[in-house]
Amino acid sequence: MSKTSKLNILRTALSIIIALAISFIIIYFISEEPFRAINKMILGPLRSRRIFGNVIELMIPLIFTGVGVCIMFSASQFNLGAEGSFHIGGLVGAMAALWIPLPSFIHPLVAILLGGIAGAIFTFIPALLKIKTSSSELVSSLMLNYIALSFGNYILSYFLKDPKAGAPASYLIPNTARLSILINDTSIHTGLIIAILVTIFGYIFLYKSKTGYEIRVAGQNEQFARYSGINIVKVILISQLLGGFIAGIGGSVQLLGMYRRFSWIVLLGYGWDAVIVTTLAKKNPLYVPISAFFLAYIRIGADIMSRTTDVSPEIVSITQGVIIILIVAEQFLSKYRHKIITKEAKSLLDTEGVE
Amino acid sequence: MSDIILEMKDILKIYPNGIVANEHINLSLKKGEIHALLGENGAGKSTLMKVLFGIEIPEEGEIILKGKRVYIKSPHEAIANGIGMVHQHFMLVPSLTAAENIILGVEPRKFGLFTNMEKAIEVADNIAKMYNFDIDVRAKVETLPVGIKQKVEILKALYRGAEILILDEPTAVLTPQETEELFIQLNKLKEKGHTIIFISHKLDEIKLICDRLTIMRNGKNKGTYKTEDVTTEEISRLMVGRDVFLEFDKEKANPKKTVLKVRDVSVKNKLGNLKVNNISFDIREGEILGIAGVEGNGQNELVDILTGLNENYTGNVLIFNKEAKELGIKGIRDLKVSHIPEDRMTYGCAKDMDILQNVFSNQYGDEKYSSKYLLKSKAMETRAEELIDEFLIKCNSFKQSVGMLSGGNIQKVVVAREFSVGPKIIVANQPTRGIDVGAAEFIRKKIIEFRDQGCAVLLVSADLNEVFELSDRLAVMYKGEFSGVFTNVEELTEEELGKYMLGLKKDEKLEGIIYE
Repeated sequence: MSKTSKLNILRTALSIIIALAISFIIIYFISEEPFRAINKMILGPLRSRRIFGNVIELMIPLIFTGVGVCIMFSASQFNLGAEGSFHIGGLVGAMAALWIPLPSFIHPLVAILLGGIAGAIFTFIPALLKIKTSSSELVSSLMLNYIALSFGNYILSYFLKDPKAGAPASYLIPNTARLSILINDTSIHTGLIIAILVTIFGYIFLYKSKTGYEIRVAGQNEQFARYSGINIVKVILISQLLGGFIAGIGGSVQLLGMYRRFSWIVLLGYGWDAVIVTTLAKKNPLYVPISAFFLAYIRIGADIMSRTTDVSPEIVSITQGVIIILIVAEQFLSKYRHKIITKEAKSLLDTEGVE
Repeated sequence: MSDIILEMKDILKIYPNGIVANEHINLSLKKGEIHALLGENGAGKSTLMKVLFGIEIPEEGEIILKGKRVYIKSPHEAIANGIGMVHQHFMLVPSLTAAENIILGVEPRKFGLFTNMEKAIEVADNIAKMYNFDIDVRAKVETLPVGIKQKVEILKALYRGAEILILDEPTAVLTPQETEELFIQLNKLKEKGHTIIFISHKLDEIKLICDRLTIMRNGKNKGTYKTEDVTTEEISRLMVGRDVFLEFDKEKANPKKTVLKVRDVSVKNKLGNLKVNNISFDIREGEILGIAGVEGNGQNELVDILTGLNENYTGNVLIFNKEAKELGIKGIRDLKVSHIPEDRMTYGCAKDMDILQNVFSNQYGDEKYSSKYLLKSKAMETRAEELIDEFLIKCNSFKQSVGMLSGGNIQKVVVAREFSVGPKIIVANQPTRGIDVGAAEFIRKKIIEFRDQGCAVLLVSADLNEVFELSDRLAVMYKGEFSGVFTNVEELTEEELGKYMLGLKKDEKLEGIIYE
């Protein structure tokens, strides 16, 4: 491994350490018992099988939206449609589970597939708007997310709502449609397997397939892609459809794995979080599970901390924010990097000697 | 040694990508001389000048100006020290007048707040007169020809009190006539005691105007000479470390059937200005049609039409008897039409992707490199290595980002990609602009090789040597039209060509541009 790629890893690691350090300093100042709080945050998730299970449960939806966003971002389609796709995917998954009676095993597969298709249709809208009217996909997808939420609320209130449930929620999801538990004493469900398959698929698609290559070239330099004969419209459509499809699958997997009823009356935020996951994973689906795990871990840790001490869980937002700023900041460690490079280059000069 | 005005000592500059651009360079300038700085692209000339002008900070070394050590950390400080730079790409605001551009940043004030326009015009006019620059300072820069724009740039530097003027390839964009005029001006500046650093690739110009010259190669200083002490051949040998053949032994063309037919093509730009006006021509297999002309006379627009990048034109373009509009970019490429774009960083590459991914963007769909859905990584890697060897691309491996390479090597990546498909038609737009002599020679030889194999070549170039050396037929483009056509290139002189390029002469018949 070359020194510069080692440095990239160092940069990411250091960003995380600095971010955690800043969070700890803040905890130190605001908490009555800072060391106990920090201890809970770092080691809390390891305390029991059930709690560690929570980390994995939280990681699953992040993997789906993360891989979806990797594909869209690789095409330079910077949009937040994954959030809406996830929501719609959950909604349609629930509708399919409630309305289409099927035997178990087939039932969740059909529901998940339909959820994925719904998610794809959702991210297709900003893509179409961009192609036809060249409107910014960032703005349109952001706005459309709230339409997705309201659409879900409408369907829930008028078609799915169980009047006997205390809060707004659908009828019970039939057992035939629910994803079975994978590991005892936890809620880790078979969605984990699907998440791993999606990760592998995402990697092969983006880095080994023709279409993935087209997407990455167009994402790096659209003019160059067009000049090379790559169809830009196709790239935008495929990346958006596939990204939305995967996020949509994530939504229905989450619903069928973790919920007994469809009760999402707010956006759950896995689409936003996917931007953090993707940034940490450097747009490579292969690294998504790692960054999703990391994010899930500090979230659960913060959760435990807030339940057992006087620190609120929002401290994690600070950690996340600092990590993203440091990773996105090109100049971070650039002086140090320059020093390494200067040293390498100079030692090369010395060994070459005088020409 | 009192006549030494500036010394750069032991300058070491290493870029963030690890490239050693300046390896302990020394340079000294005498007051009132025109000093040429020459070398291949990537030799480190521009870097050295950026260090002098405060754009880049060196790792080691010092700058001594008039016997005092100075620290130049920004262009502002360079200007304050009397160092001015005229960039290759002009740094002018097109919508402002020449006077406004000259005073920009150091405006004469009215009530300490507003720009005193009358005063501005007056001072700009004065300084122009002082240096015998014949320009209308009230004219908007966008309406001025390139040669005048350059004068405005020079005046801008002089107005800021520049004693040392750095000119980065000043003649690259000029016609022979404009170049001659520039040289007269430079000599006048020299008489007034200004010191000029003249960066160029063009050996004959350097011989003509410079007192001394410094040759750089691979980031090292290869020596400073008095101009009269070295011959052109010696200079080129020092520059590239081997003898460059300045003339090609090119066989006579043996053209066969017509493969590219262009009829009555016109195109307007976004502002509605006619950029290509009713152009027709033919190219046959096995010949090179050169299109000479000052840049911006419709050449790029024409190339965009032929390669499918622009479809909003009138008239017909027939490639192997198929209408280009119906083919589209991909369809045109599928007919083995290669395109070397004028702007290699915008169209020619994805700079953050590696060499391998850059050389397959036009041929990843070939069954050698992919199946129905997946890429064949092994085959691609093998092929990328072959291309790096064949096209002499200097790099660590095919995994290196293209943006890390020098300009000449990036162009070789572009050419490797375009030539590796076995082209039948090559559209080469400024294929050797801004790259070193060695790389340029290599690319030109390749173009001739392809011609000899029966490839049709359209060569658009502002480099007169290039169009003279390569073209079998030569057309001159002026204001979107052909102003002249020459079927016998050997008999044409540069002066004659210059007249057509400037629109002083125009041939209405254009015989020999179309084969019937």
